[in-house]
Amino acid sequence: MTSSPHLRDPNSIPRIMRLVCVALAPGIAIYTALIGPAVLAQICLASVAALFFEAVMLKIRALPVRRFLGDHSALVTAWLIALTFPPLSPWWLTVIGVFFAIVITKHLYGGLGQNPFNPAMIAFAACIIAFPALMSQWPAQGLSLPFEQQLEIIFGFAPRIDALTAATPLDAIKTALKTNADTNIQELLTSQNLYGTFAGRGWEWVTMTYLCGGAFLLAMGVITWHTPFAFIVSMAVISALCWLIDPGRFSDPLFHLFSGGAMLGAFFIATDPVSGCSTPRGRLIFGCGAGLLAYLIRVFGVFPDGIAFAVLIMNICAPLIDRYTQPTVFGRRARGSDAR
Amino acid sequence: MLRTLFPFPGGVKPEPHKEASAKAPIASAPLPERLVLPLRQSAGVAPLPVVRVGDRVKKGQVIAAAEQWVSASLHAPTSGKVADIGHYPLAHPSGLAAPAIVIEADGRDEWRERQPLDWQKLAPQAVRQYLQQSGVVGLGGAVFPSHVKLDANAQIEELIINGAECEPYITCDDRLMRECAAEIVSGAALLRDLTGARQTLFAIENNKPEAIRALRGAISEQHEDFIVITLPTRYPAGSLRQLVYALTGKHAPFNVLPTALGVQCFNVATVQSVWRAVAHGEPVVRRVVTVSGNVRAPKNWEAPIGMSMDALLQLSEPLSDTDGLIVGGPMMGLSLPLTDAPITKGSNCLIARSPRLFPPRPPESPCIRCTACAQACPQGLQPFELYWWSRARDFAKAADYALAECVECGCCAYVCPASIPLVHYFRFAKGELAAAAREQKMADSARSRFEFRQFRAEREKAEKAEKLAKAAAAQAAKQAETATTPLATTQDATMKSDPDHA
Repeated sequence: MTSSPHLRDPNSIPRIMRLVCVALAPGIAIYTALIGPAVLAQICLASVAALFFEAVMLKIRALPVRRFLGDHSALVTAWLIALTFPPLSPWWLTVIGVFFAIVITKHLYGGLGQNPFNPAMIAFAACIIAFPALMSQWPAQGLSLPFEQQLEIIFGFAPRIDALTAATPLDAIKTALKTNADTNIQELLTSQNLYGTFAGRGWEWVTMTYLCGGAFLLAMGVITWHTPFAFIVSMAVISALCWLIDPGRFSDPLFHLFSGGAMLGAFFIATDPVSGCSTPRGRLIFGCGAGLLAYLIRVFGVFPDGIAFAVLIMNICAPLIDRYTQPTVFGRRARGSDAR
Repeated sequence: MLRTLFPFPGGVKPEPHKEASAKAPIASAPLPERLVLPLRQSAGVAPLPVVRVGDRVKKGQVIAAAEQWVSASLHAPTSGKVADIGHYPLAHPSGLAAPAIVIEADGRDEWRERQPLDWQKLAPQAVRQYLQQSGVVGLGGAVFPSHVKLDANAQIEELIINGAECEPYITCDDRLMRECAAEIVSGAALLRDLTGARQTLFAIENNKPEAIRALRGAISEQHEDFIVITLPTRYPAGSLRQLVYALTGKHAPFNVLPTALGVQCFNVATVQSVWRAVAHGEPVVRRVVTVSGNVRAPKNWEAPIGMSMDALLQLSEPLSDTDGLIVGGPMMGLSLPLTDAPITKGSNCLIARSPRLFPPRPPESPCIRCTACAQACPQGLQPFELYWWSRARDFAKAADYALAECVECGCCAYVCPASIPLVHYFRFAKGELAAAAREQKMADSARSRFEFRQFRAEREKAEKAEKLAKAAAAQAAKQAETATTPLATTQDATMKSDPDHA
């Protein structure tokens, strides 16, 4: 006979994963409108690769393939990889990324629920270290290639012409500052026509839609407010400080929040329940640390963006943070006195 | 009067499913021919039989008497003959048999002499004994003997009458409050006088407006100063600790009783049974049972204790795909196959199960630490951590994460998207911890016995040696007096004082 309770909320892991995909959809639509169907091609490619690796690993681990494939967790990882990798990356780069995420980060560490690190971010980190040039080539602003040509580039039938690709607005600023110490950011952004209404032109709307998708996840109760809130606040505060000190060398907070992977990171990556913190206070610390580190890495580091490394560093700290932020048990007075 | 409620953490809002059985008035179940009365009807010590097989008994006659303080007497629910005293299966998944008295009804349903108790003239202790002899126990499901909770020395500030009834499907308290509000209010007044409570609070979830109205009416009719508090409907609002906190802001760890905080809590049905016992001389021989779920006529039945569950279920016409019973609510109750185990004082609800109403739990998925369980836990625990350690069989670590505070309300397992039977894991871990504690205790006492034995052996050895030494010294002195060689005597004494040679 079964144990109580005999009722169950209809929520399920597949439903959670589907909701995450639904929340990503508007961002993907805008991104596609900005870049072209290459984005969708990458998503399809990553999804197929992820399901393939997932199935193989489940088979090897002698787990029910059909049931675990149906939890859609591999799809979420695949989509995040496709959205964080440059859209014109060669197909094998995406597949290597997915391999790192699904096979190494997820299954070799025990599968769903066991991975200490965010799989998509390990994929990004591994690839940007191994293939720094390819991982930094983004479609040049205003470039609109026909779909066939995009596909040809992805699948290696057309030469990768440097003129077709460029750095992201974030990366462009950093490179300019490095090569010429006198560069003024405001002038640079205006002169290169990189600046839109409040952040990188075009990109601002993609990130804005991620924010809306994040709000949807909050409303559906898939994530809690703590991590994204702390992430956004900490990044806003540190960027505002730097900007106030020297507006010529540092971009304003809005530019940072709506550029690169900030919004995707705040709502879809740092909120990964498996590799993140689980206590309310822990999540505040986690989000805070991730936002701060992401800013420091993207501004002072060598990589175009800092979300991946920031999240991974916080992943390392998560168990320790959880341990010291256990909430008070109902009925026990002192915090952490007898119950950790 | 507006009162601030203290919201407890977490909680869930499952579909109530209460309308179906709450519509109809309480119906009286026809008297069955045979009643099986397990001796253990309450927490504490089971009463001992005072009848023999073949004895004729009248309705309300004591058939098993409480011999210890935490125990309550058991009475014949109808007149008839004691047919058997033996082991009969209980309503428990194990199907274990337990001592029971079987009564064959003679159909006359003849009461023994009933006399109201002039309780106002009696000492409180006498009233408490009377309640014990009347078999009054908590009818909300926990079946704790009520007289024990009326401790004279406890400084009770607030008396809480629990009509929250937060579990889905169950409506027996709702109907009872609607139909017997006056008796409940009278009973509450009696308990107030016995406990000396400063304030009496009725707690009812806001999905029972008729019950609230009925109680408020009865309170003003009897000119009492009781307050009816409407709780937001959220499971487990009726759980003891959550309720006490919601109403008073007082909360305590698992090993501290609310009495220590100056709060005492009784279920509405218990309060009514107190009044029936005192004012009418009627011991607890019947109770209201909700029969609902996969049945054509969901209803509340007033059924005699000892009636077979299956017979009661048949009264509500179960549908053909009924494949089992849930005894109690769907959140904390026991799931059983269809059974003719008897109704006891704690049986508040029978739910006919069907695969449609209660689909089997999907297979367990890995925990993704989504913390839905932590957000739902009314005790502020981190169930996913408890699960982690329980699964790893690191029970000490689970205890560290306050496993003992878990009340097994089921909120965590209800919300878990991975469909993990968390409560099951926690029961297992608690069982293992209890077993370990028992073993530790046994080991400790064995060790202290051994150590004491060693100590005693040492002491006896020392005492003996001392005695021998003394004797030797005395002898030596004597011999010295008679001037023999002292050396030989000393050697002799040393030999003798060695216990191995003794």
